[in-house]
Amino acid sequence: MTQPGEFYQRNRGVHPPAFTPDYKTSVARSPRYSLISLQNSVSEITGPRFGHNDIDESDNDLLTNYAKAGESPIGERIILHGRVLDENAKPVPNTLVEIWQANAGGRYRHKKDTYLAPIDPNFGGCGRTLTDENGYFFFRTVKPGAYPWRNMVNNWRPAHIHVSVFGSGFVQRLITQCYFEGDPLIPICPIVRTIPDAAAIEQLTAKLDLNATIPLDSIAYNFDIVLRGRRSTLFENRLEGN
Amino acid sequence: MAQELAYLKESASQTAGPYVHIGLAPGAAGFDIYQQEFGHDITGPNAKGERIRVEGRVIDGMGAPIKDVLIELWQANADGHYAHPEGGGPVEDGFRGWGRVISDFKTGEWGFETVKPGKTRGRNVGTQAPHLNLWIVARGINIGLNTRMYFGDETAANAADPVLNLIEWEHRHATLIAERSEEDGMPIYHFDIRLQGDNETVFFDV
Repeated sequence: MTQPGEFYQRNRGVHPPAFTPDYKTSVARSPRYSLISLQNSVSEITGPRFGHNDIDESDNDLLTNYAKAGESPIGERIILHGRVLDENAKPVPNTLVEIWQANAGGRYRHKKDTYLAPIDPNFGGCGRTLTDENGYFFFRTVKPGAYPWRNMVNNWRPAHIHVSVFGSGFVQRLITQCYFEGDPLIPICPIVRTIPDAAAIEQLTAKLDLNATIPLDSIAYNFDIVLRGRRSTLFENRLEGN
Repeated sequence: MAQELAYLKESASQTAGPYVHIGLAPGAAGFDIYQQEFGHDITGPNAKGERIRVEGRVIDGMGAPIKDVLIELWQANADGHYAHPEGGGPVEDGFRGWGRVISDFKTGEWGFETVKPGKTRGRNVGTQAPHLNLWIVARGINIGLNTRMYFGDETAANAADPVLNLIEWEHRHATLIAERSEEDGMPIYHFDIRLQGDNETVFFDV
């Protein structure tokens, strides 16, 4: 019997460590012992699968999925689009991408968010979609606003959209955030700064994509997501994998 | 010059933040937007095996329950097969084996109902004891934490489990084992996850 391909070891150097005291909440929520390293078993290489029956067609359109008929959310209309790839630069097809964000004023539709900015009656702030066979996805939404948060007294989050991705195995599971090119708050944000690697921060910064904008309608940003790579199924005549 | 390999790097993780519910459990955030919220139906109606309930809390380094945590679980069916082409075999129609739960905003307690999984294939040889794979995200957790929950009434299987046996500190095995009790005929497994402290749960680099 052939062995299923295993995932590449996670490069922890591009990820934030657990204990990052400048992001204060991490202090009591970070394990102190070393993680125990596991080789992949069937529990790790497999993961949940989603299909078109799971989502509605409008779930990726945050401009309409919560708005009253004929109305729109306030704010800069944007298209966020890109591909989900793995570390081998291969597209990850048919995988679930979920996003959530604050409205244009910087407030979340959440019972715990009491920021001064108003709730937008036409904006829910979440969306989901499946990548196509080429790993491509897109959302329509409004650009989220920056907002203050209780860390240091005067900390402000850069505009960001939270992104959750599955991949094909449970160990590819990833939650990250998408920032926007040119935002002066990015380099001083304590959450961004948990990432030790400048190139990794750059990779989380969506780029203005003028060619994908819709004239007189929406401005576009490109954001590619990279999940862990995986060796191919091991065939006896191709022991090297890929 | 050494040859450069054209591998990409995995996107860096970021905290799910305090409002993870908006994206992944919007009903809990206080608004209904989707036809169905994901992750509540783990087994579907046709799953074989013993129906169980799992409940617990995630506890921080100060000993306080975390009230904004989100946990995903991934498990095999009663035959030990995952709902995946490489999962070891067929599963029942409607069995997804994946769940998503959030803790109560006031108490930090979470729980879900599922079926007890069977033994699964080991990496190369042998078998793994029945277990749930868990993934934990919350504000302050910079990269999701992977752990496993084993079943307290599977003493023999647990003693032979290759992953438990990898943990050199035997007293830490207990942090991965849920104790079984019963309530109105329903088996309950209680599983607290401790992020820090004397009984810090074992987390895995998978």
